[in-house]
Amino acid sequence: MNSLIPLLVAAPLAGSALLLLGGRAFDRFGHWLATALAALSFGFGLALFWDMLGRDGEHRAVTEHLFSWVPVNAFQADVSFRLDQLSMTFVLLITGVGTLIHLYSVGYMAHDERRRRFFAYLNLFLAAMLLLVLADNYLLLYFGWEGVGLASYLLIGFWQHKPSAATAAKKAFIVNRVGDMGLSIAIMLMFAEFGSFAFTPVFDSAHEASEGKLTAIGLMLLLAACGKSAQVPLQSWLGDAMEGPTPVSALIHAATMVTAGVYLITRSAAIFNLAPDARTAVVVVGAVTLLFGAIVGCAKDDIKKALAGSTMSQIGYMVLAAGLGPIGYVFAIMHLVTHGFFKAGLFLGAGSVMHGMDDEVNMRHYGGLRKHMPWTFATFGLGYLAIIGFPGLSGFFSKDRIIEAAFAEGGTEGWILGLCALVGAAVTAFYMTRVMLLTFFGEKRWQPDAEGNLPHPHEAPRTMVIPMVLLAVGSVFAGALFDINDSFLKWLEPVTGHSEGNSPLSSWTVTGLTTVCMLAGLGLAYVMYGRSPVPVVPPVGSPLTRAARRDLLQDDFNHAVLVRPGSALTATLVFFDSRGLDGFVNGLAAVIGGLSGRLRRVQNGFVRSYALSMFGGTLVLVASTLLMRSV
Amino acid sequence: MSASAVLAAAGGNTPSIPAPHVEYGQLSPMLVVFGAAVAGVLVEAFVPRRLRRWTQVSLSLVALVGAFVAVVVLAAQGHGAPRIDLLAMESVALDGPALFLQGVILLVAVVTVLTYAERRLEPKAGGEPADAFAAQAAATPGGEQERAAVRAGFTTTEVFPLTMFAVGGMLLFPAANDLLTMFVALEVFSLPLYLLCALARRRRLLSQEAAVKYFLLGAFASAFFLFGTALLYGYAGSVKLVDIADIVSGKTMTTAAQLSSTRSDVLLLTGLAMLAVGLLFKVGAVPFHSWTPDVYQGAPTPVTGFMASATKVAAFGAFLRLFYVAFPGLRLDWRPVLWGVAILTMVVGAVLAVTQQDVKRLLAYSSIAHAGFILTGVIAVNKQGLSSVLFYLAAYSFVTLGAFAVVTLVRDSKGEATHLSSWAGLGRRSPLVAAVFALFLLAFAGIPLTSGFTGKFAVFQAAAAGGATPLVIVGVLSSAVAAFFYIRVIVLMFFSDPKPGGPTVAIPSAFTATAIGVGVLVTLGLGLLPQYFLDLASKASLFAY
Repeated sequence: MNSLIPLLVAAPLAGSALLLLGGRAFDRFGHWLATALAALSFGFGLALFWDMLGRDGEHRAVTEHLFSWVPVNAFQADVSFRLDQLSMTFVLLITGVGTLIHLYSVGYMAHDERRRRFFAYLNLFLAAMLLLVLADNYLLLYFGWEGVGLASYLLIGFWQHKPSAATAAKKAFIVNRVGDMGLSIAIMLMFAEFGSFAFTPVFDSAHEASEGKLTAIGLMLLLAACGKSAQVPLQSWLGDAMEGPTPVSALIHAATMVTAGVYLITRSAAIFNLAPDARTAVVVVGAVTLLFGAIVGCAKDDIKKALAGSTMSQIGYMVLAAGLGPIGYVFAIMHLVTHGFFKAGLFLGAGSVMHGMDDEVNMRHYGGLRKHMPWTFATFGLGYLAIIGFPGLSGFFSKDRIIEAAFAEGGTEGWILGLCALVGAAVTAFYMTRVMLLTFFGEKRWQPDAEGNLPHPHEAPRTMVIPMVLLAVGSVFAGALFDINDSFLKWLEPVTGHSEGNSPLSSWTVTGLTTVCMLAGLGLAYVMYGRSPVPVVPPVGSPLTRAARRDLLQDDFNHAVLVRPGSALTATLVFFDSRGLDGFVNGLAAVIGGLSGRLRRVQNGFVRSYALSMFGGTLVLVASTLLMRSV
Repeated sequence: MSASAVLAAAGGNTPSIPAPHVEYGQLSPMLVVFGAAVAGVLVEAFVPRRLRRWTQVSLSLVALVGAFVAVVVLAAQGHGAPRIDLLAMESVALDGPALFLQGVILLVAVVTVLTYAERRLEPKAGGEPADAFAAQAAATPGGEQERAAVRAGFTTTEVFPLTMFAVGGMLLFPAANDLLTMFVALEVFSLPLYLLCALARRRRLLSQEAAVKYFLLGAFASAFFLFGTALLYGYAGSVKLVDIADIVSGKTMTTAAQLSSTRSDVLLLTGLAMLAVGLLFKVGAVPFHSWTPDVYQGAPTPVTGFMASATKVAAFGAFLRLFYVAFPGLRLDWRPVLWGVAILTMVVGAVLAVTQQDVKRLLAYSSIAHAGFILTGVIAVNKQGLSSVLFYLAAYSFVTLGAFAVVTLVRDSKGEATHLSSWAGLGRRSPLVAAVFALFLLAFAGIPLTSGFTGKFAVFQAAAAGGATPLVIVGVLSSAVAAFFYIRVIVLMFFSDPKPGGPTVAIPSAFTATAIGVGVLVTLGLGLLPQYFLDLASKASLFAY
């Protein structure tokens, strides 16, 4: 059974290779092949899941050694996989949601000339992401990590003819490099400290290392997580990444890849548990990001960018939970899974709306779409209820547990974190209600295209609707399923461990407060956008709104703090290079050229001179040979 | 002495000179080549003019390939390594380096004969396709007789037997186990080369001037070699390398001559230095290099390619044998001197090449610099040094052959367009030819993935291991200077605009195309997959001693 594990990765990898190398021959059926291979991988995942359920909690983790990758003396890196409850969760999420989004893309990308390439990249992403979560050492994880980064880059810039897409891809790639640097440094530190970067030896000997070193490793891992999961301060790329095709935004920039940072922190629990300072940094990043993303989400008129802000904010919740340590790991992953369902569903819904509205993304040009796109409306609506934490739906259970855990941290810290999380819940309800109202309710604000035709919104084809429906089902029931009998907690506890904190507030109080906050946000949004007509041209707004529209000035900040000093440094270096180094090099070249010109005159073409020089040379040679003996 | 006494002596009554024992089988590579050379002379005398060229070409190729097969068979039988024989009354050594270098020389010769046979590049003369050689060597340049010879479509097919004699001498040179045999071999391969230099079809005065210079200076150098031999005989009482080595190291103290000279090593050291001069002249080391640019430029380009590759292989082979077999005991004396020569050679070769404007002269200075690089390997005096030099020679000679073969293709109305300015923009007009030449230049510069890199790395590594790190530093710096002028040609070819009325690239026949193709293959092969050949060179690195 364990031999199926490599096939999980191999199936989509083979699909990617076939589609990329196979050429035109695959143009007609390549997308179905890619979808089938994603589904096959999901099938393998289910089989392995079934097999895993057959064993009791302590014996569920298995490792599968494939081959020795870098066997160099003490530096041993293997391609071997670890399938435990944590990676199993991810495998099912990635392949399951991945398959649905492949299916959706069959409809969404039907008219794209480069469809085959798109599916090849999607398959490549699946393979890399599965490698990331299945690796049983950090180096192989890094390989997968870079692989998803590559796939993300290729897919954000998929419509590379648009300069904005090309720029966005580059931005995502460069910002991610900063995080990747953190991961590589963390791996080096691990190797220096433990002599290995495989999970088992590192985790087993973590308690022998000093806290300072563990904190350093933890902070570097956090940097990596910030890059990949778009957390402050490396959040700036995610909004622009929405330039990619919508299925990509759903799969990579909402459901799976951007959660890799949460996976990394949870997987490295053994290190973070022993490094409280690093954990504090993690919760700070999580709390800041969850508010940051939520505020940005409130101000955006581009439906995908509003959802991107929401993604950032929801991942902030997960990072916050992961930073809480054993109180929160399980809930971070639980929220990650439920978020995977509803956010993917929301993005697919957004894609469906754009599909029907001639690729219009501005919500101020939507309105009243619920009658024209009933399926989209229904599934999007369920996803909406799930994300705002409407009682009974997925988001309710998972978010509630995180807020509870934040309070359970105890002390002033607990209060601050808990209140942040509560405010976040209110803001989430606000901006999601705003999206909902602007898109599906109110009067039609549709704008004519260049030829003066109004869009004709219509329901999406079946290949797009089916995945939306299935994801909506997940958005509704996943949370309850996980919460009943603490089934998810029991499932994941053997890997991550769990401890109950001592919350100053009872569980029911937290639930009540959360619901009140949610209703408050919802109500405010209704008052602002449901009761009065929405202007097509956005009003000027308060300074905060204007800042939020500009992503809270993140790019201005980066420009001022990083780009400008960087350019200045480069200019200085160029100056020294051209004046100093080049001057030296050119001077040297001139000296050699001059020397060459002088020496050339000796070569005068007369045999007599040549013979003389030979004779002189012989004299010197004989004399120096004799001299060598005498000294 | 009366006539009858002579007859009696010859009659065998008295114990006369014993008949030398000759191992024909093991000497077969040289015997085949010399045999073909003699047969080639007979072909010149007896075969009708129409058939002569084809007869000569096929005779030479068959003999060279046959000799190469003989070398391979000998090596496969275990001759050279691990079995080491002394042949023909101990005058010829059949050991690893000899066999390895003979193989290289024979392959080089095959490629050379292919470039000789090229007749599509020159415009037709007298209705006949013309090759690179003078119609009639004895005719005055530009005179009526020459015009008549051209009109009649004469060709100098003597180049084939001449080359075969030279190849035979070159095969013997690195295998010669005593100084006299070495000297004979030196003359056997030098004299035909002097003649070949004078045979260019175009620019005949320059060609003849080159030949005279080469002859005069070559004779001068040979004199030094011979004088050195005499001095050493005076010192050791023997011309055998092994005997000299034994006396130097003090193993044998028997001969009267040796006893008398123990008081003074002046004979020994002067002789050693003079032998070195003779050989350094042949490899083109500074300060005995001055003939190289003039002769390389004047000689017919296929001959230049042959000289630049095969001569260097043979001369370095003899050089190695001399210093590794006869004088390892004196290394404290000769190493510092050769250090100086190597440094001078690398630096002067590289620096002078910077201002050259003629492709052939540029390649000549490049070959001087390379002689310096090879010397660093020689100076290592260890097994690694030996094997690295063997590898370097094999790698370098095919790059050189290929480069000169490309030079024959770029032509204008006056023949080969060797001035660098006319190579500008060649990459635009003939991307393939320019790319091939660029590959050879990169190999000369020692850029990785070419044979040049592997070879240079090997010699520098050996030199560093042999304690000559400063030499390696000078070598690397000279390589940097050398890279400048190689890359400059590449830049010129690919990044300059072609001049109007510039040269055209002639389409060669299969002969030259094969020659260039072999050069490319070897250059890439030894660069990408060098291990087999490195192992082969390493296996061959044991001298008969």
